[in-house]
Amino acid sequence: MPAVIVALAIVFGSINPNFWSATNLANVSRQMSILALLALGQTFAILSGGIDLSVGSLLALVSVICAQQMKNFGLFEGITAGIVAGGLAGLVNGLIIARARVPPFIATLGMLVAARGAALTLSGGLPIAGLPREFLVLGAGYIGPVPIPTVIAAVAFVLAHGILRRTRFGRYVYAMGSNEEAAVLSGINVANYKMLVYITSGLFAGIAGVILTSRVISGQPTLGEVQELYSIAAVVIGGGRISGGVGGIGTTLMGVLVLGILGNGLNLVQVSSYIQNIVIGVIIVGAVYVDLARERRR
Amino acid sequence: MTDASPFLQLQAIVKRFPGVLALNNVGLDVVPGEVHALLGENGAGKSTLIKVISGVYRPDAGTIQIDGRPVDIRTPHDAQALGISTIYQEFTLAADMTVAENIFLGREPLRVRALSIVDRKALIRQTRDVLGSLDLQIDPEATVKHLGVAQQQMVEIAKALSLDARLIIMDEPTATLTSHEIDRLFEAIARLKQRQVAVIYVSHRLDEVKAVCDRATILRDGTFVAAVPVGSTTIDEMIRLMVGRDLKDKFPKVKSEPREEMLRVEELTRKGVLHGISFNVRRGEIVGIAGLVGSKRTETARAIFGADPIDSGRILLRGTPVSVRTPGDAIEHGIALVPEDRKRQGIFATLSVWENVVLSALRRFSRKGILDVRREKQHAQEFVASLRIATPDLEKRVLDLSGGNQQKVVIAKWLNTNAEVFLFDEPTRGIDVGGKIEVYRLMGELISRGAAIVMISSELPEILGLSDRILVMREGRICGEFDRADATEENILNCALRGAA
Repeated sequence: MPAVIVALAIVFGSINPNFWSATNLANVSRQMSILALLALGQTFAILSGGIDLSVGSLLALVSVICAQQMKNFGLFEGITAGIVAGGLAGLVNGLIIARARVPPFIATLGMLVAARGAALTLSGGLPIAGLPREFLVLGAGYIGPVPIPTVIAAVAFVLAHGILRRTRFGRYVYAMGSNEEAAVLSGINVANYKMLVYITSGLFAGIAGVILTSRVISGQPTLGEVQELYSIAAVVIGGGRISGGVGGIGTTLMGVLVLGILGNGLNLVQVSSYIQNIVIGVIIVGAVYVDLARERRR
Repeated sequence: MTDASPFLQLQAIVKRFPGVLALNNVGLDVVPGEVHALLGENGAGKSTLIKVISGVYRPDAGTIQIDGRPVDIRTPHDAQALGISTIYQEFTLAADMTVAENIFLGREPLRVRALSIVDRKALIRQTRDVLGSLDLQIDPEATVKHLGVAQQQMVEIAKALSLDARLIIMDEPTATLTSHEIDRLFEAIARLKQRQVAVIYVSHRLDEVKAVCDRATILRDGTFVAAVPVGSTTIDEMIRLMVGRDLKDKFPKVKSEPREEMLRVEELTRKGVLHGISFNVRRGEIVGIAGLVGSKRTETARAIFGADPIDSGRILLRGTPVSVRTPGDAIEHGIALVPEDRKRQGIFATLSVWENVVLSALRRFSRKGILDVRREKQHAQEFVASLRIATPDLEKRVLDLSGGNQQKVVIAKWLNTNAEVFLFDEPTRGIDVGGKIEVYRLMGELISRGAAIVMISSELPEILGLSDRILVMREGRICGEFDRADATEENILNCALRGAA
């Protein structure tokens, strides 16, 4: 997969030298950061043997709540409210999945629809403008040459990697996804850790939602449509197993890079966005196919 | 019978996988109406050979002949067309469909051919005919998932027969059957023989091979060792051919004096399942639990382990009542459960050996939830060495280990929790002879260190060979208890079947 990414970069770079320009790289990474954060949360959900279909809609709900609270109470109150809203929605997902034992696909499908509805209800279906000027720095600012969203996503990757590889919670995420029944019989409190998985996913969606709100300079109830599907694609393209237990932050990073570079590169070489979708669709299936074929040959 | 010309003949079959020569010049011939055992330890190449015959794998070299004519079996469908049916350990029936629909799946008698309308009456009648020819009392209209394992297996056999199979391959057919059901299976096999259908019979249970097979082909490390007539070959000889050495002690048992009481179970009851189960186990003692499949032995272990809820009764450890509501509670109190279905309940197949070994003891390797991975690996390494788990390295996925080594990984996981009460549920199911002895040796080590063991097993020789005391269960009750000295296969079976000691 790293080879594919390098190949893509070389091809796009040779067709359009602008690909390698500092401005473009900064832009790509900034655009990718939202998907990256959603994919991180999705990685937890899928690794644990579940899925989180609600993350796209949560972007919208977080955006609306963040913008409203920011106008009412101030900058930090708004940011906090947005992230907490993401976490709470994740908690609701977790309760429904772990306590009521509704399958994750259904539980988060319900949240996908309901969160969108909540975002539209709270905002009356209209964008919420008039956010403080300082807030724009979050989405548009730089630390040195690197866009702030990129820095946040990078920190989140390191953090998530640490959680998955160096904490009990992380190990249990793998164990649940590998064999849930064995996990129960090994004394793992599976219900609690599942809740934690969906709270984690919700929090990442919360952070992504706040950054996206800053980028569009308003609370938008229509943000994030289909993003949950791209986040799932990012997880599986890199080699994460859709049924759980296999994968990690490394493979998800690969998936995010492939999707990000592909989108940007195809734009630069002036492939229409309609055709881009076809290409990305083929890549999603093709990547998983190659992975499975390699597995079968073992 | 052996002078009849073979139905199936394999010559010099070679099958390579990356890094492994799975079959090296293997030959096999099966004549009509014979039951031919395929023997060998796990990894000897039995499964690969079966898959070559049934069209799942294609051999890299060698010839396959049917009725003396060379054939090329490219797919399972080809095999079926040539009269070869395979009954795998995991059945391939559609659980939500009826017996009749399963047997004639894809070949339903049609009333209006052009519209593919199924002739239900003909379907039921033909099913009845097939079942009748095997003397089976199964309702053609019963839904498969409502049948027991044994009956489902009979449906598989009936299906094979209705496909005009001339060779039926049975992979560990008795693994989940009770001894009564095994007798029924043998009757069915006898009927197949009468009809000149050949059977390839794969099993680790040599007493069954002795009872039902005519000849045995023995494989070791992917090579052909011998083809012997079963009647004139002793079980010990077969074992020697399989492992290439003598196994003096099939049940190595450490001499260990039972000491003070460790676990006491009083009137454990779960409505409709367990009825007033009471027994105790002392340190240094193995208590075997025998009984038919479905006698609720597994449920007893799960209840003690906190995996299933109980309605009443109590559990005492070292004389003190303890509350065990979850497996987590059980582990905290030093109880371990080695479950019966290793793949589904025991191992984490996609995780590495070391991750499996330490999984139930992560608290000990972490501070505030942060793991000390280096110490985990060191510790796992010690267990891999002391339990002699055969793995190239710690990072290997457990999926890639043999059954016996997987079981050792599960046991290592519990040794790590400092458990003192071990509940073993079918500890050697699907494990080859050499692996079994290793597991028995581990159990011996545990009791010599003062652990208490409860061992559920459907293999009577195992129960008789290892237990200090034997409990017999029937329909959720303990119906008999025997000392090692008084226990025989007959009185245990009598008790398990009739509920009288």
